[in-house]
Amino acid sequence: MGPAIAQDVLVEIGAMPVLVRTISPEFHQILHERYGGFVNSSAQPVFEFEVEIVPPGSIPTAIGDDEDLSVRFEVGRWVLERGDFHAELDPSLRHGRIWQSATPYAIDAAFRIVHSLLLARQGGLLVHAASVVRNGRAFLFAGVSGAGKTTISRLAPQDATLLTDEISYIRREADGYVAYGTPFAGELAKPGENVRAPLAALYLLAQGPENRIDPVADADALRAVLQCVLFFAHDSELVGHVFDSACHLVQHVPVRRLTFVPNSRVWELIV
Amino acid sequence: MSPVYIARTSEVAARLLGSEMMIMSARDSTLFSLNETATAIWQAANGVTPLSEIVERSLCAQFDVDPAAALRDAEELVEGLAKHGILKLSDQPIVETK
Repeated sequence: MGPAIAQDVLVEIGAMPVLVRTISPEFHQILHERYGGFVNSSAQPVFEFEVEIVPPGSIPTAIGDDEDLSVRFEVGRWVLERGDFHAELDPSLRHGRIWQSATPYAIDAAFRIVHSLLLARQGGLLVHAASVVRNGRAFLFAGVSGAGKTTISRLAPQDATLLTDEISYIRREADGYVAYGTPFAGELAKPGENVRAPLAALYLLAQGPENRIDPVADADALRAVLQCVLFFAHDSELVGHVFDSACHLVQHVPVRRLTFVPNSRVWELIV
Repeated sequence: MSPVYIARTSEVAARLLGSEMMIMSARDSTLFSLNETATAIWQAANGVTPLSEIVERSLCAQFDVDPAAALRDAEELVEGLAKHGILKLSDQPIVETK
């Protein structure tokens, strides 16, 4: 048997290309299937991962299968652990190594964490929200599990482009906030389109007897948005950045409460 | 009774949204919101102005409140905030060392 050849896959989400290197042809194939629409081989990576595929049960993790994710900063590097993977990331070298089995779930979690860490310093956020582009403008529909993110996505009219039904990716750019498509899918089990659009509004989802939009005070918007922000690290500086980003967001993007009956007429309100 | 000095801890991020001061503990991500009078105390918590003077200047001068009752309420408030780790209390002026 000859030497193993490393294969790279460059996955660009939110204009942040992350290179994944693996010597496993099986995992290489999984990456292409999972992130196909987000692979951009010509981009310049902002972070690199080396993935070592190990058999289930051999992952060097200190936590059990049923324990929650652990994200901690130790001796200049981030250590990410879940029952199905162990990762160590060096932010100064922009390099990380992951030990995991050959499934897409661990790398998907690692991507979310890395993007949340990278975004925290750039005024961006990952939000538990569906997002959709309509007439060139993006709309976010935020809510915890069961709020209706997938439902509102399913009801979207044909002229709408789905960015995600689960995890929205927003960045603060020179002209305002921009929403990006993500491959992070919820119940739809379908990745979003790899497109971007200026963020026009953020709706806090609630299901009720009628379709209506109500104003939300900034402080209430902040509480609701923070409940939906994905952030994993217990790090004072980064938590401060995330808080500042959420405050800035609710002061610069209209935040409204969208109560809806699950039918497509709700989209008549989204203009 | 010795004066009480109050100072904001460094492990918080705070923003004024509308009339509410929103404060997040960077240590455990707990979110607090302060009403208008509590915000006035928070903003004046510079470590060197006694709480009684803050109440007199920032509360009694701006809001129609009884000074003695306002001071009692303020003492209760700052003790609560100190328990949550977002405010420091001392009977001496609090000078930040770098």
